[in-house]
Amino acid sequence: MADKKADLIIIGGGPAGLAAAASARKEGLQDILILERDTRLGGILNQCIHNGFGLHTFKEELTGPEYAARFIKQIEDEKIPYMLDTMVVDIAEAGGGDKIVTAMNPKEGLFTVQASAVILAMGCRERPRGALNIPGYRPAGIYSAGTAQYYVNIEGRMPGKKVVILGSGDIGLIMARRMTYEGAKVLCVAELQPYSGGLKRNIVQCLDDFDIPLLLSHTVVDIKGKKRVEGVTIAEVDANRKPIPGTEVFYECDTLLLSCGLIPENELSGKLGVKMNPVTNGAFVNESLETSIPGVFACGNVLHVHDLVDYVSGEAATAGKNAAAYVQGEKKPAGTVIKIKTENGVRYSVPSVVRTGLMPDTLTVRFRVGNEYRDTNLAVYLDGKQLMKLPKRVMAPGEMEQIILVKSKVEEILKTSDASEHEVVIRVED
Amino acid sequence: MIDVTIIGAGVTGSAIARELSKFDLDVLVLEKESDVCEGTSKANSGIVHSGYDAKPGTLKAKFNVEGNKLIHELSKTLDFPFKENGSMVLALEEEGRAGIEELYERGKSNGVPGLRILEKEELHKLEPNVSDAAVCALYAPTGGIVCPFNMTIAFAENAADNGVRFQFDTKVTNIEKKTGDEGNYYLLETSNGNIETKLVINAAGVYSDVFHNMVSSEKLHITPRKGEYLLMDKAAGDLVKSTMFQLPSKLGKGVLVTPTVHGNLMVGPTAEETDDPEDTSTSAQGLDFLFAKGSMSVNSLPRLTITSFAGLRAHEDGGDFVIGEVKDAPGFIDAAGIESPGLTAAPAIGAYVAGIVKELLGASEKKEFIGTRKGIPSMALATPEERAELIASDPSYAHVICRCELVTEGEIKNAINRTLGARTVDGIKRRTRAGMGRCQTGFCLARTIPLLAEALGVDEEEIVKSGNGAYYIEGRIKDSL
Repeated sequence: MADKKADLIIIGGGPAGLAAAASARKEGLQDILILERDTRLGGILNQCIHNGFGLHTFKEELTGPEYAARFIKQIEDEKIPYMLDTMVVDIAEAGGGDKIVTAMNPKEGLFTVQASAVILAMGCRERPRGALNIPGYRPAGIYSAGTAQYYVNIEGRMPGKKVVILGSGDIGLIMARRMTYEGAKVLCVAELQPYSGGLKRNIVQCLDDFDIPLLLSHTVVDIKGKKRVEGVTIAEVDANRKPIPGTEVFYECDTLLLSCGLIPENELSGKLGVKMNPVTNGAFVNESLETSIPGVFACGNVLHVHDLVDYVSGEAATAGKNAAAYVQGEKKPAGTVIKIKTENGVRYSVPSVVRTGLMPDTLTVRFRVGNEYRDTNLAVYLDGKQLMKLPKRVMAPGEMEQIILVKSKVEEILKTSDASEHEVVIRVED
Repeated sequence: MIDVTIIGAGVTGSAIARELSKFDLDVLVLEKESDVCEGTSKANSGIVHSGYDAKPGTLKAKFNVEGNKLIHELSKTLDFPFKENGSMVLALEEEGRAGIEELYERGKSNGVPGLRILEKEELHKLEPNVSDAAVCALYAPTGGIVCPFNMTIAFAENAADNGVRFQFDTKVTNIEKKTGDEGNYYLLETSNGNIETKLVINAAGVYSDVFHNMVSSEKLHITPRKGEYLLMDKAAGDLVKSTMFQLPSKLGKGVLVTPTVHGNLMVGPTAEETDDPEDTSTSAQGLDFLFAKGSMSVNSLPRLTITSFAGLRAHEDGGDFVIGEVKDAPGFIDAAGIESPGLTAAPAIGAYVAGIVKELLGASEKKEFIGTRKGIPSMALATPEERAELIASDPSYAHVICRCELVTEGEIKNAINRTLGARTVDGIKRRTRAGMGRCQTGFCLARTIPLLAEALGVDEEEIVKSGNGAYYIEGRIKDSL
């Protein structure tokens, strides 16, 4: 017997969890519980004090905490229950399709909650130095960009004064500017790939405006300093991303920030047995953002890493709505099942399968390309018939792409298709 | 006048200290770093060798087999993580069979129990992921894996609980033989003043030749031998059950692929001689080499590295441990040249050296010796009932600080407040595993530092990773504007 019951448990009270909860409530679902491991709602937005959030959702430029506050207000207004400082340690399937979530916090200790649906909204973590195989010493002064951001923006403390940043992910770019504002000297941003991992607007606003060089096709090949970082050596890399001997330059610095990619935090999902996509490190989901386990939904950065919180909110609202429908026992025929295949430069898609019976009139499919493409097209086919061909001036791994599938058009093609298995193909074409 | 001064709080020094704490003696341990287990003991394979490797008749062979037995018992009485997972030496080509048989015979004469040669079929049945190239293997069921940090810490804590004093951040700069009214003694000059002691025990790892040579004309020569390692995510932890060694061959000495006692997968070490006893840097070549070599033992080594590190082994020119009272320096006892299988051998070395001390000082056994020690509880490993109990005892055991390894505030407070408690972030990491997981302190660092600062009554700026100068925070924002 579980200690508590809820119709829907949302794991994570960051942007994804909040939007999912608000959306589920809008669908009339009453019995919702948000479990958040931090001391407040809002997730990573709390430390993102720069602006640029909400341009799509609210048509205005908000800071991270302001953006979060809009959603937190909805949660408070709607009196949706949440528990803070609460770490979920396990999710398991119970009988009858229910799930049992085990969590703990200092107030209530260890407890279990039984629910009919669960939304995974745990977000992501940063790739650490070890995963990058950077050789050298292991002194203090090497931080992930997000940890540095926490120090500067939440604690008001400086993690260092003379900084090299490896990786041009958005957090790294934002921190280049932020550290500069607070009096640090940022020497450069080195990026292994020949293109940036972050948004173009961040390169302009955070590096160019401050004359911080972005060294594409460069990486850190050595870290000096036995106690605290004393400097790093940066070298140029060849087409195979291998350092080119003779190109090494030593940068004297006390801090190395890493912004080399984000990894969805799916350890709980994995333990539960949710089928994972090795490309995204997130779950495989269908058009309803439901995972391989019925009643378990996923959204936000735990599903696939986003560039913009607006898209997280939108995606999470979809998950919330569908989770509510699941709890309310809404049964619609699945209709025709269409797999989405990505190829020729398109790395993955969310969702990866569509059931036409549950497909909305328009379905947004999001994905990333694996390389930088200029003056190409995004072509989409259904059972060999072209659905669309969108000219694209620039596509890069750092910017998420999307297409919109129109249900009526899909159904029209399906009517005349004689394929035994239906497939949407998304690819880059000349 | 102190009875016994041990130089070095690594696993050897700590094991000796623990054995000496059974006697009515005034024992002092000097350590140049700010915690126990800061040198070779913190960066090694964490293997409890069964003992087939060392040449019969050597000290390595003797203390390895004895140490293995002792660790089996001590892991229970002193409560540190140990698992008898068995070791295998793989022959990756048919020519290796002779080498495997030789090791088998050597192991038998060293007194290693349960040795067996596995043929291909049985080997692959026991270890489905072992390389298809493996033709046979030597299997040593008593081989094990241990947490080298917590074993060292357990020895040191138990020693301290029984009256041994540990003085950290104290570097010995000179040793002089002296003669006083009651006979010979030693004067140690240290960074924290002079110390007079009847006996000196040299357990200084890669520096043990330096101290030995201060008092003896028969010189030792230690070469630090660097070993780099790759540590992989727990997702790769069950790739193999046993520790997989490679039979040295024309392809080189080989590296091991092993699960760690905490469920990660580890590959290493390289072997590179260096003249810098503080050079623990890793290299691109080393890390590439490890991946390539490790891939020879298993069919598919996943690219799931979460961290890499390097340690230094104290290799003495003679190739064996150097243990015992120095001939031309009565009262000066070496425990030098302790390289592999030094971790395994440590408790046996401890008992042996304590025996020498007992003889020399005529020490009597302490009546009130406490033989057991309780480790820090682990919420990650606890059963639901144990978890509930811990939380009932202190609600901070429900407050998670390290998400990856599920380490709570309660455990961190315990690590700080216990005997020889943690004073650095690395100290907390080694005692509790906070920061050892896949995000490598990305999340917990900023939560651990305030807990340490509060407990030690200092500002967060004072908190270091390990020892002086390893600070994390450089003042407030806008300070330098």
